[in-house]
Amino acid sequence: MSTLRAFAAAQALAAGAAQPVATVRHLHLSRRPLVLIPLSMAGEANAPLAAMVGSAPGDGRLLIVPQPRNRDQRFAFATELAATLLPYVDAHRTGTEAVSVDRGRDVRYRYLDAPQLLVPNPAGVTFLRLLGRSTRFRRIDGEYPVPPQVPLLGRWLTFFAERAEHPGSSALVAMTQALTLHWATGQSAVEDLHLPALLSWIAPPAGLSGAEAAARAEDPSVCPPAGPATDPEFDNQLLAPAIEAYAAADDETARVEAYAQLEGLLRDQLTPTWELMWRGLGLLRALEPGARVSGRWDGDRDAFTAYADHLADGGAPQPRRDGAVAAAARLHRLERAAETYAVQRAYDDPLVMAEHRLTGEAFVGEVVLADPTRVDDSGRRPVLRPRIQLVTTEPVLVPVGASMSSPTRPGQKARVVFVTPAADGKVEVVLELSGGMGRGLTATPGSVPEVGQRLCYTTLSEAYVPGGAFPAVEETPWTHGGPPAAGPAADSATDGAAGGALRVAAELKPEPEPDEEWA
Amino acid sequence: MTSSEQRLATIRGAVPPQRHNARTIAALTGNPGCTRRAVLDGAGVDKPLLAERVGFPARFGQSRFAITRGNVFEAQVKADGGVELLRLVAERLGVPVPAAASWTDLGDGDDPAGRARRSAALLTEALPPAPTDHDEPAALFDHPMLGLEVAGQRVHLEPDLVAARLAGRFHVVEIKSFPVIDGQADPAKLAAAAVQSAVYVLALRELLAAQSVDPQLVSPEVVLVCPRDFTNQPVAHLLDVRKQLLVVRRQLDRMDRLDTLLTDVPADFTADPAADPETLAGSLAQVPARYAPECLASCELAYFCRHEARGQTGALGRPVREALGGIADLDEVLALAGGQRAADPEQEEAAALLRAAARLRADALTATA
Repeated sequence: MSTLRAFAAAQALAAGAAQPVATVRHLHLSRRPLVLIPLSMAGEANAPLAAMVGSAPGDGRLLIVPQPRNRDQRFAFATELAATLLPYVDAHRTGTEAVSVDRGRDVRYRYLDAPQLLVPNPAGVTFLRLLGRSTRFRRIDGEYPVPPQVPLLGRWLTFFAERAEHPGSSALVAMTQALTLHWATGQSAVEDLHLPALLSWIAPPAGLSGAEAAARAEDPSVCPPAGPATDPEFDNQLLAPAIEAYAAADDETARVEAYAQLEGLLRDQLTPTWELMWRGLGLLRALEPGARVSGRWDGDRDAFTAYADHLADGGAPQPRRDGAVAAAARLHRLERAAETYAVQRAYDDPLVMAEHRLTGEAFVGEVVLADPTRVDDSGRRPVLRPRIQLVTTEPVLVPVGASMSSPTRPGQKARVVFVTPAADGKVEVVLELSGGMGRGLTATPGSVPEVGQRLCYTTLSEAYVPGGAFPAVEETPWTHGGPPAAGPAADSATDGAAGGALRVAAELKPEPEPDEEWA
Repeated sequence: MTSSEQRLATIRGAVPPQRHNARTIAALTGNPGCTRRAVLDGAGVDKPLLAERVGFPARFGQSRFAITRGNVFEAQVKADGGVELLRLVAERLGVPVPAAASWTDLGDGDDPAGRARRSAALLTEALPPAPTDHDEPAALFDHPMLGLEVAGQRVHLEPDLVAARLAGRFHVVEIKSFPVIDGQADPAKLAAAAVQSAVYVLALRELLAAQSVDPQLVSPEVVLVCPRDFTNQPVAHLLDVRKQLLVVRRQLDRMDRLDTLLTDVPADFTADPAADPETLAGSLAQVPARYAPECLASCELAYFCRHEARGQTGALGRPVREALGGIADLDEVLALAGGQRAADPEQEEAAALLRAAARLRADALTATA
């Protein structure tokens, strides 16, 4: 929690209305996102109960599972969901563009657009991850066959869930997270997970303050929870009798009637959230996207293209768990993405940069002196190294020699030469510039800041950092368990090891076992 | 009756004290700094009723589906005299699966005190003098009646769990119906199960100690039995609860010193649900609470305390309060940030931070407007 964000929350509480914490939008929004609101059955292991899904506000399709404990019905649900989701995904596999790689020596192709899924909250992302896990290994032949769309749905859902872990990705977005990225409310982070309350703070209905509307939205009989968990009162009073009535229906007429009853109940639970999702989307769409948002979406398009190719080549489903090397590589990738995302948001948004100014990693100052023609000839060959002096009132906690850059001049490096405290708490900073000034010993006009300009300099850098190198799987070091054995023997060897943490029996069978035990 | 007990009885009103269970004892470890909670729980006040009386009813419903599923899974695991359970537990502990084990259901019968005596007698009966004897027969005990001292009161615990005696040691076996998928369980549920199990380990140890048996015979490694992946197949895991044991022990010790806490509680303090709501609300306000958003998930009185904590930065979460320089009061934060209020010497640093934050926020928002 940065002080700036905490202060925005304090202001929101005092004002009774949410306060912006971003001046631009930090995520990509598809022209036609697929909104998906899952509901699950309480007590079960991620058993779907219902879902509302669609890519336009007037086009919400309701899927229900009248007997969530029934295995066949759960797979029927997966098939129905696949019937909406897979065509949606496929619709983005039309045009491609060429991207040069390896400094123009090669070219690869990526799809011009990518699918985007929106769910209400992080628990919705978890639901999809587990639904992906429970369907992606299903077999389409053998003793318990499922329709071919089911494992395909599982693989795509797993793809989306993995992208959701990737900082800065917009492939699968939880609405509460997207909203709190741009607004601070006067309630805690726990309470912000409740979509109706969060939206009440940001856009309260007429005549109510954000705080009043949020208090109202906490009553599950007024605003049903945004899932996947349902309100226990709803379960006990309405849902359980309706499910029992459906199970007890002994003829077709009674069954149709009971089904309609159940459908009506679940529709009433889902519709308010459905409307909130599109309202939230509208609020986000009203913000201008940040300059680097489309670059990050390119990354999503790359990932989408790569996974679609993987599936087209008959690639295997994602493993249950990463091996040591794959896990290390994934962690490294996520850390790099997190770092890049933080830098890009600060570069795109002065309000985010202000957080770094408050901690002394960035400052805004006025250029008071500039020597645009300075040449450093101490080396083998003279180089253009202009210097500028800035005066700032902000704390500068940057050591001499550090490398800084300015969001408005990302291609230019500025080395700190002097940091001198001056009168009235001001600080003078002398920077030596390199890069982004053309070739030769004369800077191209406008490439060196001029006296009187106000500029922000920060230690956050957009410079490319090469990724780490990881060994091949068969060269896994002994510190990480050594190379994996070919058979399942390695699993049982580690399984018996002592240790306090939760240990789990190794799954020895490569193929899944059927869930025939669902009663 | 000691004077403290009398005090607590007066606070509670003319109703019997609420019975603690492992869940409520586990919940006590959640917010140890809250005096209001310590006093109310120590007195055994009916907090759900109290919350309703003061106009802030708790929202802790449990779905029928979850309850049914839990019961079905438990019955399945315990079926056939615990043969399957014994195999799971023995394999997980890495000991040979005993050919047979006795199954004793301690659940039936008489009053709690009598049952507790029976549990104590049967659990320690025929226990060999040294725990090295691997030949002694394995034994499973269902529904043992355990007891703990909570705030000077003997609390009976009726866990649904099984105490397994294998290879000379006792293990608490907790059956939970949340799934473990690819070796991972819901962290919140796992954490709750660990604290609850720790309460049982503690109670079982006290039981042995009372029978002059080495309490360390109860292993701090609890066997957790959960459904595997998306199936109903049970799978056992070991859960080390040593850390939770320390936490629970500390909180119980603290509640034993309730006398000290009570000296700061006004003499006319009452939480008797029979009193009128205004008196109750006024009375509660006299004993300081320490509201944090986490309370919403664990304490029945949380909505009342949240309402009371309006205008406090801590109500937004402890990280928010810390990020605001530890200033507790919202108006003070805004006044210091706006410079309308001179900072005390010890607030100087926080005030400078808040002024800078206010200036930077205004700066960034006007620049783009």
